[in-house]
Order: sequence, then structure tokens, then C-alpha cells
Amino acid sequence: MIPELGQLALSVALVVALVQGILPLAGAARGDAAWMGVARPAAHAQALLIAFAFGCLVQSFVVNDFSVQNVAMNSNSALPLHFRVAASWGSHEGSLLLWCLMLGGWMSAVALFSAHLPESMTARVLGVLGLVSAGFLAFLLFTSNPFDRLFPVPADGRDLNPLLQDAGMVIHPPMLYMGYVGFSVAYAFAVAALLSGRLDAAWARWSRPWTTVAWVFLTLGIALGSGWAYYELGWGGWWFWDPVENASFLPWLVGTALIHSLAVTEKRGAFRSWTVLLAIVAFALSLLGTFLVRSGVLTSVHAFAVDPARGVFILALFVGAIGSALVLYAWRTSRIGLGGGFEPVSRESLLLANNVLLVTAAGAVLLGTLYPLALDAFTGGKISVGPQYFEIVFVPIMAPALFLMGVGPLARWKRASLPELAVLLRWALGVSLAAGLLLPFAFGQWHALVGLGLALAVWIVATALLSLRKRLRQTRAHYGMVLAHIGVAVFVVGVTLVNGYESEQDAKMVPGDSVTLDGYAFRLDSVRPVNGPNYRAAQAMFTVTRDGAPVTVMRPERRSYPVQDQTMTEAAIKPGLTGDLYVSLGDPLEGGAWLVKVQIKPFIDWIWGGCVLMAIGGLLAASDRRYRQPMPARREQAAEAAA
Amino acid sequence: MRASLVALLLLAGAAMAQSDPAMDKRVAALAVELRCLVCQNQTLADSNAALAVDLRNQIREQLEKGASEQDVIDFMVARYGDFVLYKPPFKASTLALWLGPFVLLALGVWALLRQIARRRVPSPELSAAERDRAARLLE
Amino acid sequence: MKTGWVVAAFAALVVLLGVGLTLNPREVPSPLVGKAAPGFELPLLHAPEKTFSQKDMLGKAWVLNVWASWCPPCLVEHPVVTALAQSGLAPVVGLNYKDRREDALPWLKKHGDPYRFSVQDAAGRIGIDYGVYGVPETYVIDRRGTIRYKHIGPLTPEVSRGKLQPLLQELSREG
Repeated sequence: MIPELGQLALSVALVVALVQGILPLAGAARGDAAWMGVARPAAHAQALLIAFAFGCLVQSFVVNDFSVQNVAMNSNSALPLHFRVAASWGSHEGSLLLWCLMLGGWMSAVALFSAHLPESMTARVLGVLGLVSAGFLAFLLFTSNPFDRLFPVPADGRDLNPLLQDAGMVIHPPMLYMGYVGFSVAYAFAVAALLSGRLDAAWARWSRPWTTVAWVFLTLGIALGSGWAYYELGWGGWWFWDPVENASFLPWLVGTALIHSLAVTEKRGAFRSWTVLLAIVAFALSLLGTFLVRSGVLTSVHAFAVDPARGVFILALFVGAIGSALVLYAWRTSRIGLGGGFEPVSRESLLLANNVLLVTAAGAVLLGTLYPLALDAFTGGKISVGPQYFEIVFVPIMAPALFLMGVGPLARWKRASLPELAVLLRWALGVSLAAGLLLPFAFGQWHALVGLGLALAVWIVATALLSLRKRLRQTRAHYGMVLAHIGVAVFVVGVTLVNGYESEQDAKMVPGDSVTLDGYAFRLDSVRPVNGPNYRAAQAMFTVTRDGAPVTVMRPERRSYPVQDQTMTEAAIKPGLTGDLYVSLGDPLEGGAWLVKVQIKPFIDWIWGGCVLMAIGGLLAASDRRYRQPMPARREQAAEAAA
Repeated sequence: MRASLVALLLLAGAAMAQSDPAMDKRVAALAVELRCLVCQNQTLADSNAALAVDLRNQIREQLEKGASEQDVIDFMVARYGDFVLYKPPFKASTLALWLGPFVLLALGVWALLRQIARRRVPSPELSAAERDRAARLLE
Repeated sequence: MKTGWVVAAFAALVVLLGVGLTLNPREVPSPLVGKAAPGFELPLLHAPEKTFSQKDMLGKAWVLNVWASWCPPCLVEHPVVTALAQSGLAPVVGLNYKDRREDALPWLKKHGDPYRFSVQDAAGRIGIDYGVYGVPETYVIDRRGTIRYKHIGPLTPEVSRGKLQPLLQELSREG
């Protein structure tokens, strides 16, 4: 009964989505207030209906209703409650419903927080979102229905993949989807601007906080995925440049370019058509990511059950949404002027350089991700493109961007004085070079890449603090930017030091054996059996000492999940500000011995700490008061005059 | 019989080699560069699949017999093709892959310089009449 | 100017993705096709004191089918292998991969033995030499000992009729 109600709710939501898509857009074109007025209530109605449907699915999981196919395939009666809930988005169908739920949430938020926008703008934005939602709901209902029933009803379910039975599963997908879906709002603003023919600073100001918040969620979502891989997969890695990881990173790179481009459009009315194009591309990359994960076109550990038929539907959505936006873009921007001019050395030119580098980096990652597919399509040859490739192409492109991060915020708009900048920056440059040359020695051997990374990180922090000192009017937006940039520096420190100085040791150990690594001694005390709610495990106990003094006790496990007949290793991690201790239990060997991998990861938590700082910075910036006020008429006219 | 003898030697080899960290490092370094063909995008180092275990033992065996890292890579590629390498080889079919990002960067920089040139604020040139007018206004 | 490039890139991407939907990223073609079949000397499954080498088959075309008792798709393709063997076009030799005699022999007894004979690759070493990464796999080797075709995964009647049998006929006509 309840699953059927859920399905009904989705069907009604689809109808509402179509109404929300068609009426307000037509109303805005015709100036019909009644039709435009449909947008907000429709958005709220959709959100409620989808939430209800989602609740129905979760309920089916919670009560172990195995007559629902999705529950039977992804859950089990022995699965703990919080994982039964998370299992509702552990499959292709369920995660798509989660996507729709997020979209409903974003639409409702736009409907609620758009009081200061002109009615026609709101109508257009919600109208576009309505069409996007209709597309996804149709996809859900016609090819990926989570409420399909199963006869005969199995006695128990196939259980959730053990790798997903983790806190990370509870939070990573929702956060990530909030980001992916959030860029549909940026896209909707862009298309609305194109439809209205009004591409100006005002539009940028309205669009900016929404885009920044979407970016914040995507940042957190990616960071959570990386952190989860680190402690769940047991081999100590945190980024593999896997196609699905890249699929989330691509919209992030373009999204970062977008939030910077929006700054220029808002402040100076320049880069208007470029900003609109970036918004379309960012969402296109979100859709591309969805396609790659669900179509079976690329091999990945993340991929859902492969189904090329579904791939065709998503491809159709992709073509529809992006193709139409691009046609609109070509038509509307062909006659747009340049906007405010600026000097070769100015904040605008530096932000443009930022955009060029970020978009180039995104292009490189896209190339590496899709190249195996292209080669197969053209020649039938098969190659793999792994981390070694991405690291070689990505770092040289991003390093200059990191350097420019220090100069941009200090440069004036329109015309910056190079001598003035040089004076301002010279001590920061000196400190950074010194750090790059000297700091690596504190951690071990000197490596050029470590020196470079540390120099850039110190540079970013030094210049960020400089910009705080220099500015008269400290706004939230500025603090937010400073914090986010410092977050990037912290991230760079983490990556640099982990890559430069991490160490590992594999050993065959029996209880009583000890392994030393970097001054830490890991003694295996015992291995005993431990039972979980739906698994059996062997739990090892390690006592860790340093120079004889006890540091901690670590308990890695090797778990067997009987339902799916899968074994996985649950690493023991001792986190720390200056580094993690990482112990994972491998295969059991003869004679009561175990294969053990011990690792030391210096400063690895700075990677995710940096991402959190970036996210807080973004939220701070988005909450700046000026985004909630209508733009003063004088500035609006000036911005339009500059057009 | 011969096959089981080989297997025993492999196991013994593995057991003996456990006490050789330098060899372990070499095996691990190669294993992270090679792809596990039966997995969904994992390296030979991280995979527990039977084939991955076999291939890791192959690597160890070959290195112990004196093969170089390149020899091992050639061995794998001869049997499984370029697919087994995570770092794509530099050859005609991957030219676009390796050069692409730098071509993109060059294009980007060119576009950047062009945009900056187009948007340059022209320094105001006053005509003689405008100069007189300005002078009078300033008195 | 700019928009034209963007639209062209978009169109190219869509075409690529569409084509991608028809491809299988997990299938890895073998670099050994067109090269000499790697040498081996393995004990026979039914008579381990005797050995067989690929050299013994020089002079006629033959099929090498990699199988194991623990492999469910091998059971699925079993009727096709049997039909191929019965067609008499070429001898079908089994390579029993990473299996135990105690499991392999009963499997053949239970389901039928389509092979001229099987050899035992218990450690999987020869499988590695042949680039085996999944079971079952099937090789067609010509009279000069060159691998002419490799099929990955279970054989289907279509592949057997459409590719293997015509190829075997052609090879038997070859000088």
C-alpha cells in the first residue's frame, strides 16, 4: 500500500513539475501575473510530494518490506536501522529518488528566499527547475521505479554492499547530491537570464549566493567521499582519479571558476555571457557525472548496476537540457557588448586568468576520463588512464592558479598598479620562498615538489592576511573569501606533506611481533573473534608506542559479511593534527599469522580540514547582507550603462 | 606434478621474501602502476582477486630472478595490452591524451591575452578644444 | 565564434557518449592475436604422468578452451563447446585453469567431456602467459601455431556459428 502511495505521489509530482515548467515560463513571456504566480506554490507542492514519496521508500526499508524489489536487493533484516535508512539511497533507483528530493528542496528554497527578486525572474528560474525536475521524475517513473514490487516475496534481502555499511554512506551521497543539484539552480538562473534577455550585474548578484551554496555542498560532498574512501577501503588512499570521482570534481572545478566569474559580473558588469556559459557547463558536468555513473560506459568501483538503456534516457536529458540552453545562449549573447573595460593588470584580468586555468584543468581531467572511451570508439584499442597521468597534467596547470590567488584579492578593479602590488607582496614572497626552501627539512628529505607546495600554501595565507589588513570595509563576503582561500592553503599543505612523506610497511605478524615505522612501534597483542549485527570479524589489538612511551591502542578488523559473502578490512586509524597512524589487517596466513599493513600519513587530516574551511568560507560569503537586499537603483543603472 | 612444485616454490618464495623490505617496496611500486583486469578499476596492489594475487607473485618472482622494472612491465603488456598500465604509454594513439592538456593551456593563455587586449581601457586623449575647455573650467 | 566551438564540442561529446553506450569497457582484447601461441608443457588431466605441449598441435588448426569446475559461465557455454567439438572442424583442447583434479574430473564426468583431452594448469602460470583474465576464454590457433582469434567470456551459438566455425574452415583450407 505504502509503496503504491509513494509511486502515486511521484506521478502527481511529475504532473506538477510539468505545470511548474510550462505556466510560469509562458507567463513570464506574456507578462501574465497569474501564470507566474503558479511557480512558488507548485515548487512547494513538488517538494512535499517528493518528500512524501521518499518517506514511503524509507518506510519500506525500515519495516523490511521485501515485497518491494529495491528493499529486497539492497537490504537485509539483520542490517542495523540507520543503514536500512541509508540503503534507501544505496541503489540506482533510490539514489535517483534522493536526487529528486534534493531538487525539490532546492526549488522550495528558491521559492522561499526570492522575495527581493523580480517576479518574472523567480517565475523563470522556478519554471526551468520545474522542467529539469520533470525530466528526472520521468526518468525515475519510466525506467527506474524504486517502488517496483517483487513476486514471490523473498524471505530476506540481499543486504547492502558491506562497503556501504558505514557512516560515510549516511552523509556523503546526500551532501554530494545537494551540490550536484544545486548547480541546477545556477543553471536555472542562467537560462532565466537568457530568456529574459537581461544579463547584467543584478542577475549576477541574485545568482551568486545560490551558486556559492551549491559549491559549498559539492565541496563537502567530495571531501566526505574522499575521507570515507580513506578509512573504509583499507589501503590508505584518499583519491584515485576514478571516473566517478572525476565526475564530481569536474563540476567543482567549473563551479569554482563560476563563483569567481560571478564576482566580476556583479561588481563590474563584465564577463556576462562567459558567466552564463560557465553556469550551463557546470550543470552539464553534473549531468555528465550522472550519466557516467549509471550508464556503464566507464568502469568504476562507484558505478551502479550497469544499464545502457538507462544511459540512453540520461543522454536524452543531457541533450535536452544543455542543447536547448546552448541554442538560447547562442541566440541571446550574439549581440551583447563587452561590459566594463580593464587594464592588463587588474583584478578582472587576474580573475580571468583564474577562470582560464580552472577551465583548462577541468578540460584536462575530462580528457583523461573520457580518452579510454574515445580510443575504444575510434580504434577499438583499450588503455587505462590512472592517477599517474592526472597528477602530471593537473599540478602544472593548478600551480599558477594557486600563485595568482595571492595577487588577485589585492589588485584593484579596472586598473591595478604593478609597482604598488610589488611593494605589498614582496615580504609575502620572501616568506613563502623561505618556507619552501627551509620547511621541508623539518619533515624529512627536501623534495622540490614539497618545497613548491609549501611555498604556495604559505604564499596564499600570507597574502590572505595582507588583504585583511589592507581593506577598510570588512564585509562577511571578504572574510568568507579569506577563510576559503586559507582553506585551500591548508588543503595544499595536507596533500603536499602526505605525498612527500607518507610511509608504509607490510609484514607477516603473529601475536607478540612488532613492526617499527618512523619511530613508532606497532606490537600485535592478540587477534580475537568479534561478532557484529550482520558480520563476523577477526579483531586484532595493536599497542603503539613511541620511544617506549605508550601512544594508543588500535583495533583493525577483518570482517566477513555472510549474506553477500564479502570480506572486507576495517582499518584502525589514530587521527592527529600532524598525522594519522593507519593499521589494516590483511589475509590470515598459516600458523596464526596475519598479513598486516602499517602506514603513517603525515598531515593527512589537513586535506579534509582545508575543505571544511573552504566550505565555511563559502557559507560566510553567501550570507553577506548585500545578497538579501535589492540592488540600489543608482548602481544598477551604472552597471547597465557600462553594458 | 610440475605445476604443484611451481606453486610450492611460489609460496616459499613469498614466505621468504616477507623478510626483504626492499623487494617488497619494488613489488608494491610496480603493483600500484598495474591494473587488476578483473576488478572495477583497482590496482594490482589493492585487489584481493585471485588473478591479482597471481600477478603480484609473478612480479616478485621476476624481480627476484633479476628482471628490471621495465622487463616486468613489458611482460604484462605483452600479455594483456596497454590496458594493464595505469600510466598510459606515450605513443601515436595517446598523443592527443598527453599533449591535449598543454595544448588546452596554450589555447587558454592565448584567449586570455586576446581578451585582455580587447578590453583595454583606452587612455583618454583630449583634443585641443577639450583641453582649453578643461583649463577654463579649472580656473 | 566562441559559441560555434562550444556547440560543436557538445555535439561531439554527445555522439561519443552515444557510441559509448554500445561498447563494453570491461572487455580487454588480446595483444596475442597474430602472435605465436606461448609455449607450454602441461600434464594431461586424465593422465598426469603424460604431458602435452602446444608444439604437438603444429600442422593443424585447433581450439584451446580455458575452463574450470568452479566457473558457472563455463557450464553455460558447455553445450556450445560440445557442439563445436562435435562439428569435427578442429580438435578442442581444454585448459583446466587453477582447478583441482578432484573437482575437474567429476565435473567432466557429470556434464560430459567435449575435449579431445584437457591439460592441467593448476597454478595458472600458463593462463597468465596466454593473457587469461577471466574464465571461460577460447583461442583459435592455426597450423603454424599462431593465435588467430580469442573469445572472452562464454561462447554463444552465434559466436560459434558466426566467427569460430567459418574461421576454422578457412584455416583448414590454408596452406
